[in-house]
Amino acid sequence: MARSDVQLMLDVKAGDEASFDFLLQRYRSPLVNFLNRMVRDTATAEDLAQEVFLRVYRARKQYTPSAKFTTWLFRIATNLALNSVRDNRHRRMGVSLDAPAAGEDSAPMELPAPQMRIDEHMIQRDRVEIIRRAIWSLPEKQRAAVLLHKYEEMDYVEIAVILDCSEGALKSLLFRAYETLRVQLAPLVTQPVAQRGGEGRPS
Amino acid sequence: MKSCEDISKGLIGYLDQQANPLERRDVEQHLAGCAACRTRAEEFRALWKVMEEVPAVEPSFGFDARIRQHVAAEPSHSWFGWLAPQARFVLSAAMLVALTVWVAKLPQSNPVNPSPVAVSPSTDQDFDAIKDLGVLENYDVLTKFDALSESTTTSAPQPDQAQPTEPSSND
Repeated sequence: MARSDVQLMLDVKAGDEASFDFLLQRYRSPLVNFLNRMVRDTATAEDLAQEVFLRVYRARKQYTPSAKFTTWLFRIATNLALNSVRDNRHRRMGVSLDAPAAGEDSAPMELPAPQMRIDEHMIQRDRVEIIRRAIWSLPEKQRAAVLLHKYEEMDYVEIAVILDCSEGALKSLLFRAYETLRVQLAPLVTQPVAQRGGEGRPS
Repeated sequence: MKSCEDISKGLIGYLDQQANPLERRDVEQHLAGCAACRTRAEEFRALWKVMEEVPAVEPSFGFDARIRQHVAAEPSHSWFGWLAPQARFVLSAAMLVALTVWVAKLPQSNPVNPSPVAVSPSTDQDFDAIKDLGVLENYDVLTKFDALSESTTTSAPQPDQAQPTEPSSND
C-alpha cells in the first residue's frame, strides 16, 4: 500500500531521503503544470517548482502534519508564483509597457467575436492557445483559484487556505473568474466541437 | 426565491457538487424559475469541458536530476544544528582564551612577588638620575636656601623664573 504524503514527509523528516524522491515523483508534474499556467513560461515554472521542492526539503525538520501536504506544497508554489508574476510585471513595466509577457509571443490576443462562429476547420492548437490566453488574462489570484479548482481538483477549504482567504471570498472569486472565462470563451463554449462529449466538471 | 446575484455565489458549488444541502436546494429552486441562470449553468459546465482541452506539460528531462543535485548540495544539518553539539567546546575555548588574557595582564598590574632581578630598565635609569643629583649630597645648602624657605609660604617659582637674572651691564 502506498504511503500517504504525510507519512512520506515524516519519513523524510526522520532522515529517509528516498521518501523525498517519492514525493518528487508524485508532485513534479502537477506542480510544474500549475506553475506553468500561472507564470506563462515553462523555464520559469520549472525553476519555481525546484524552489518549492527545495523549500519543502529544507523545512523537513520543522514539518508537523497539521494540514494536508498538498495544501502546504501548493501554498508555497502559489506564493512563489504570485511573487514571480508581480516581479516580472514590474520588470516589464520598467522596459516597456507594450512588451509581451514571458512565454507570450508578440501577437496581440485575438479572441473571436461572440457573434462569430468558430470555424469547423479551426485546428485544436488554436483553440488551446485561445483558452490559455483567456486563463492568463485573469487577475493573478483569480487565475490561481481557477487553476487549483479546475486542474488540481482541490476543494474550497484547501484552496481558501492556500490563497489565504475565507471560503465565502473564494466562492465569489471563483464565480467572477469563471464568469469572465465564460464570456471570453463564449464562441468555444457555445459551439461545442464534435469530439467534445459528456458533462464537464472540475473534479 | 433568491435573486440571480444572490445565487451566483453558490452556483459553482452546486455545479461541482461541493455545495451543502441548503445551498443546493436554494440553487435548484432558483434554476427552476430562471432560464438565464439555467443557461449560465450549462455554459459553466461547457466551459469546464473546454478548459480540459489544454494539455498538461511534462517537466523537462533533467528536472529531477537538478532537484536531486540541489538537495544533495544542501547541508545535512542546519547552522544551529551544527552549532548545538559543539557549544560546550566553543564555550570552553572562549573561557580558555579569556583566562589566558587575564593571566597575561595580571603581573603588570598587580605583581605578586616582585623579584630584585626583575627591575625594569626604566627604574634603573630613574635611579641613576637621582644618584647624579649633586644637590642631594649637600642637604644643608637646601635648608639655608632663601628661595626654598619662601616657597613654603608663596607659590613655587616657575621653571623659567628659578634662576635670578642679573641686571644688565648696559644699565
